[in-house]
Formats: sequence, C-alpha cells, structure tokens
Amino acid sequence: MPRGVAPFMSGSMHSSRSILGFALTGGLLCCAPVIAADMARAEVPARVVSMNLCTDQLAMMLAAPGQLRSVSFLASDPRSSAMADEAKAYPANRGQAEEIYLMQPDLVVAGAYTSRATVALLQRLGVRVEIFAPVTALDDVPAQIARMGDVLGQQDKAAEVIATYEADLKAFQQESGRSPTAVLYEANGYTPGAQSLSGQILATAGFTNLANEAAYAWGGNMPLEVLVMKAPEAVITSRPYPGGSRAEDILSHPALRATQDRRADASVSDSDWVCGTPYVLRAVAQMVSLRHTLINGED
Amino acid sequence: MTLLSVEGLAVSLGGRAVLQDVSLTVDKGEVVGLIGPNGAGKTTLMRAILGILPHHGHSSLAQLPPRARGRAAAWMPQSREIAWPVSVETLVALGRTPHLAPGQRASAEDRAAVDHALERMGLQEFRHRIATALSGGEQARVLMARALAQDAPLLMADEPIAGLDPAHQISTMRAFASLAGEGQAVIVSLHDLGLGVRHCTRLIVLDQGRIVADGAPTSVLTPALLRDIFGISAWFETTPQGAVFQPLEVLE
Amino acid sequence: MRLYVILLILMGTLFGVALMIGPAGIAPLDSLHALILGGDGPMTLVMREIRLPRALLALMIGAALGMSGAAMQGYLRNPLADPGLIGVSGSAALGAVIAIQTGIAATTTLALPVSALAGALIGVVLVLMLAGPRGGSLTLILAGIAISALAGALTSLVLNLSPNPFAANDIVFWMMGSLADRSMTHVWLALPLIVVGLGMLALMRRGLDALTLGEDAAQAMGINLVQLRLLLVFGTACVVGASTAVAGAIGFVGLVVPHMLRGWVGARPGRLLWASALGGAVMLLAADIVVRVILPMRDLKLGVVTALVGAPLFLHLIYRTRRGL
Repeated sequence: MPRGVAPFMSGSMHSSRSILGFALTGGLLCCAPVIAADMARAEVPARVVSMNLCTDQLAMMLAAPGQLRSVSFLASDPRSSAMADEAKAYPANRGQAEEIYLMQPDLVVAGAYTSRATVALLQRLGVRVEIFAPVTALDDVPAQIARMGDVLGQQDKAAEVIATYEADLKAFQQESGRSPTAVLYEANGYTPGAQSLSGQILATAGFTNLANEAAYAWGGNMPLEVLVMKAPEAVITSRPYPGGSRAEDILSHPALRATQDRRADASVSDSDWVCGTPYVLRAVAQMVSLRHTLINGED
Repeated sequence: MTLLSVEGLAVSLGGRAVLQDVSLTVDKGEVVGLIGPNGAGKTTLMRAILGILPHHGHSSLAQLPPRARGRAAAWMPQSREIAWPVSVETLVALGRTPHLAPGQRASAEDRAAVDHALERMGLQEFRHRIATALSGGEQARVLMARALAQDAPLLMADEPIAGLDPAHQISTMRAFASLAGEGQAVIVSLHDLGLGVRHCTRLIVLDQGRIVADGAPTSVLTPALLRDIFGISAWFETTPQGAVFQPLEVLE
Repeated sequence: MRLYVILLILMGTLFGVALMIGPAGIAPLDSLHALILGGDGPMTLVMREIRLPRALLALMIGAALGMSGAAMQGYLRNPLADPGLIGVSGSAALGAVIAIQTGIAATTTLALPVSALAGALIGVVLVLMLAGPRGGSLTLILAGIAISALAGALTSLVLNLSPNPFAANDIVFWMMGSLADRSMTHVWLALPLIVVGLGMLALMRRGLDALTLGEDAAQAMGINLVQLRLLLVFGTACVVGASTAVAGAIGFVGLVVPHMLRGWVGARPGRLLWASALGGAVMLLAADIVVRVILPMRDLKLGVVTALVGAPLFLHLIYRTRRGL
C-alpha cells in the first residue's frame, strides 16, 4: 500500500482499530431501536462530502442521487479505487478544509487517518464530521456498511448490500481443498500479516500466509532472501505505480522473478484490497481462482 | 654553446602589456642575475621563456615538447611548495620526472642522479627525513637538489634565496656558480643586488616589461641606472674581497 | 608491496564474509556450496542473485570511491576533498533521479548510469571552477556545501513531483546510499563505467606526484596539466556516476581511506591511488557487513555507517587545518 497517502486511505495494517470496530458494532446493536427512532426524526443530510478513499466508495454505493456532493481525488484513480468510473461523476476534493467548507456540507465523512488538523478545523467551523476507522477483518465490513447507511439515512439500501455481502462471504468460507502457501509482497518488501485486511482476504481464499511467522503477523518488511528461502507456492505482488521509484525496484528483482516463475504468480492493484467495502470479495474471488489454478496444475 | 635564445618575447595580461620586445641569449658557463623593481615582470619573463605562459615572440625553450623541455631546463618557482609530507629522497627523485617515460620505473641511472644531487647539497643524512618537517633553509636546499637531480643544462630559479639566512644565501649562490663552472647555465631572479654583483657573471635589468641593461655587473649598475630604475643611491666598489655593493639612500 | 598484499587479503576475506551474512540464516558451508556448485533450489538463487551482486557492488563501488577521493585530494592538494562531501555524489544522484522520473532510464539500459555520469560531470566542473586548484580549504568546503545543498534540494523536488506515491521517500536512499536488494543487472550496469573511470584516474599517477611541487614546477617538468585535469574530471564522473546510479550517494569513503593509508605509502599521491582503491573496497565491504549484522531485517543505509566513521574524522581534519582556513 502506498503509505505516503495514508491520510486518505483506511489502510488495513493497524489492527488496534479492530477493537474500536467491535465496540462500534456492539454499541450499535445495543442502541439499534433508539437510533432507528432518532434517525426517523433527524434530517437526512442533503449535502455530503467524503474525504477518504474508503468512505468515498461506501458513500457512492449507498447515497441517494444528489446526496453526495464530492469525493476525494483518489477515488477516480483506477489503481487505488474500485469505483474509479463512478467517481468521475463527482467533483474531486483534495482534503483541504477551505475547499470543503466552501461546499457547505451538512455532513463530512472522513477516515481515522485524515489529517487531525483538517478535521478539527471543520468541526470548529460547525460542520458535522463522522470518522470511519479502517476495517481490518472481513467480518467487520457489514458493520461499516451499516454505519454509513445510518449516517446517510439510507438504512434500507445498506441492509440490502449487507445481505448480499454476507451470503457471498459465506460461500467463500465454505470452499475446501488444499491450502497452498503464499506471500503478499509490496514496495520496499512490505508484507501485510494476518491481522490486516489483505491477510484476511488471502486466508479466506484458502491460502496459508507465510508471513504469519512471529515477526510478520502484524505486517513488516520481509527481506528478499527470507522470502526466497521460504519458497512460497504463490507470490502476490502489487502493481507498480507510474513514474519510477526505488521502493518498487524490488518487485522486479531477478530472484523474485525466478521464485515466481516456477509457481503461480499474480500481480494485483490495490483497488480491491485496500478498503473495507464489498469489493474485497472480488479480491477473494481472484485469489480463489489463483488457488484453483495451483491445485489443478498439480493433478 | 647557446643554451637559450629568446627573440621579441611579449606578454600581455588583461589587455595590459606586461612584457615587451624582450630578446636575449644565454650561453654555457653564465650565471645570469635578473633584477628589477617590484612588478617589472621578472617572474612573467621566466615563465614565458619556459612556455608555461601564453606569449608572442620566440623562445627556444618554449618550442620544445614538454618532456624535452623538462630535460633542457629545470625551473624552481618562487612559491616553494611541498604539498605532502614526503621524504627528502622522494622529493628529490621527482626531479627525474622528465626522464621517465609514462609507466617506466626509476632506473639505476635515475637513482644515481638523485644520490649525486643529495650529496652535492649536503643532504645525505636527511634522506629519510620528512621534507615538510625541515626548516626553511633546509627545505630550500632540498628543492634545489630536486632541480639538480633533473640534470638539465639550464637552471632557472625565481627568487630562490628570499627569506634565507646569509649563510644559506651565499652557499646557494655559490652552488649556482659552481654549476656554471661545470658547463651549465643559471638564470636567477633576485632583489639582493649585493649578492647579485658578487656571484653573477652577468646582470639583466628589467623595468616595466623591457630590458634596460644587459652586461657585466660593473657596466650595468651605473649611478644613473640606479637612480632612474631603482630610485636609490649605492656604494659600489671592487675590493680585495671582491665586488661589494650596498644600497644607501632612496632618491626622490 | 606488503601494503597491497595486506589489503588484498583483507578484501578477499571480507568478500567471503559478506557472502555468508544475510537475514536468511544459511550455514556458511552450504552457502558457499550453493554459490559455486549451484543446483536447484532457493539457496542458489539467494547466493547468486542476492548476496553475490551485493558483495561485488560493495567491492566495486568502494574501490571507485576510494580512488576518486585520492585523485581529487592529489589534484587539489587538499586532504579534505571527497566526492561525497564536495557535492559530486549529490549531483550524480540528481542525474539518476531525473533519468528515472522522466522515464529516460526505461528506454535503454545505459541511460541511467550515463545520466548519473552527466550529473557528476557538472558537479566536478563546478567544484573545479569554484575552488580552483589555487583555492584553499575554505573555498573547497564552501563550494561543496553549495553544490550538495543545491543538488539535494533539486533531487527532493523531482521526487516530490513524481506521480509515484513511493518516490518522495526514495530521497533517503539517494542521499544516504544502500546496497540492499541490488541484482546482477546493477553489477553489469555499473561495471564498464567504473572500470573505465578507474583506468583514467590511474593514469594520473605521475602527474599527481609531480604536483607535490606545485603546478608551475610540475608543468615545467613536462606534465600536461590540461590533460591531468581532464582525466580527473572524466575519471571521477564515470566512477562516481556509475556508483551513485546504482547505490545512491555514499559519502566519506574517499575521505577516510586516503587519509588512513597516506602514511603507509610515504604520502606519495601517485601510490595512494591504487592503495585507496583497495582500501575503499575493504571499507565498504566492512560497512555493508556491519549494516547487516546490526539490523539484519531492516535496510540500514550504508551512508549511516560511513558517516559515523567519516564525520568525526572530517571534524578532526578541519580542526587540524584550522590555521590554514
């Protein structure tokens, strides 16, 4: 994941947020009847602005026509966003308090890593800001969708999306067969561990994530040597961004190529993997078909 | 035998004519003292003769290819620079540079030349001492030994005795004289007219880039010249101890 | 000569040690077996494609930086000259970064090192113009500060303008240098220019010795000063350009190595050239080993270790030459 753009993305690396996620879910479930009543009385926000890649996509999915006024500029980048085409219909914002305030929103949705200063400034100016923590477990996605639905006043739509999601997820979780070893490898040799959204996608697709050795359970930089010696059956790399960078040089290292050659490989772009939206299931599907290729290739 | 012939040499720096129409020849056995007021162009003349300064006119030395020139003349510049703490032996051996083809190692002949130079300047015990740790007088001797090791028939020195004590000054001039006695030639620029008359066979006086006098010391250092060019009066006599010259007063 | 023998043995030993150290924790005998005899399996891959290029690059780049430091010091007659300190490495890094970010580097393989060479060339020429050979230590250091600062700022600017989200953080690699995750491609990329550059610098041997007496005396003895300067400029540009293109700017090697070896070669600048090449290889191999022993799982930049050794020495040298400044 491009860490340089952390403010806009709910990266799935920092799983201390999962506790917050659970608390949120628990709180919501307890207060569901009260909230439903409140929502019926409260206004449905008419001008919503989203400042975070993940909230952008959820908002685009659930908002009523004309409700969402602007999304972040990352939402239209096909490498980072699964809804790049839809995002082109909305004006883009760069997360500056000035430009957002001038849009006169009655609700701003942002991520936990959106600049604290910007969020504080907007709140001081009297704008309602809802913060969405990053999702780090596939099971937490419904709660996130539900909350976005509440906040936008679109609970029914949210419930539909959740239902579809849970059904599809269950289908994947019932897959069987051998569990090949795999490693996710990104720029700078970074590998997300089990306690991350990417790691969970891999696990749900039926792979054994080799990064789960003690050092990498929470993600870390795995030296190329270590990866080569572990000889995973599948190496999944992220696709390089335009413009060069030395950080991404490692993804084209001959030793990595050689490791991939004899095994299955896939290079994926961040768009489906980064945010806790139903699109993670697309990533799971991609990984499942990779796994089938591997297993079938052995017959 | 003529070791150097210069004709119509002229140098201009930054639009200004520093040297104009200088012609001279130097033969074996001569010790030529180049004298003149500050800024007369003595250093410029010597560098132009060597060809390390752009010039007009003709200099027999400047026309030689670089290494041949190095074998024909040894140059001791005014700044007595020794950049690194090398041993005396190493420094003197640098004088053999023009004799070594690229990539060639020092031969027995080269080592002999170095030994001879060290002996001549009385530096045998200093052989392994670090040159930069020596006193000023000793360093001057080392640099002179380097010039001797070069084995060139012509030696050109720019103010080699400035800042040395009387003993070193006299012995340096004597060394020049003995070199000339062996059939070589020396051109030395200096300010000390007293030493000049005692040790030079010939004096060339330079003023504002032109040669104003050239000949034996007694015929060159006339009271008129001393007044016009140097602005001084002096006592100049040939005594039983040799020629003695002593500047006396500044004349307006 | 005894010094060369000692340095060669040291270099060989450290080369071997460098091959056997790494985060993968392979037993030494197994690793050498895999390297030499090959065979299938990940160990051969690790040894031949990851550790071998790294050790080779440390050797080549160390030699390159050592000799270019000795050459610059000999020519400028100043013990403070070092391609990293006086901004040549920084300019080379700028050239390399521009090539990468404009996409030129992707067109032909040689485009990257040649760009870095161009950058280094500009750096050397600027230093010579600003600090002479007649310029003293103060002018040299000031010129170095100016050129380093400018090159660093421009490099940072180019990287920040990149569409790539990782590029901005690459500045650390370019300014501090690293040999992590280099491949044999990088070795072949850097080798020709380093060999050519070392050859050019080695030709300066006699001229540098003669320069001990100053420029005038050297010229009068038949040394072609113009040719000497050209050899310095192009030799340094080739050697520093190729090294920086592949490993970023690594400083202080060209300062520390000639300083430490000067006493052993009788202070003769000509002899110091090859001695510094060997010494530089030794120093960089040692630094790369230290980097992998201290933090095996992370990429501690090489420039950190060389600066930790070199900067105190630099301060000491400045202190000693204060009166001349």
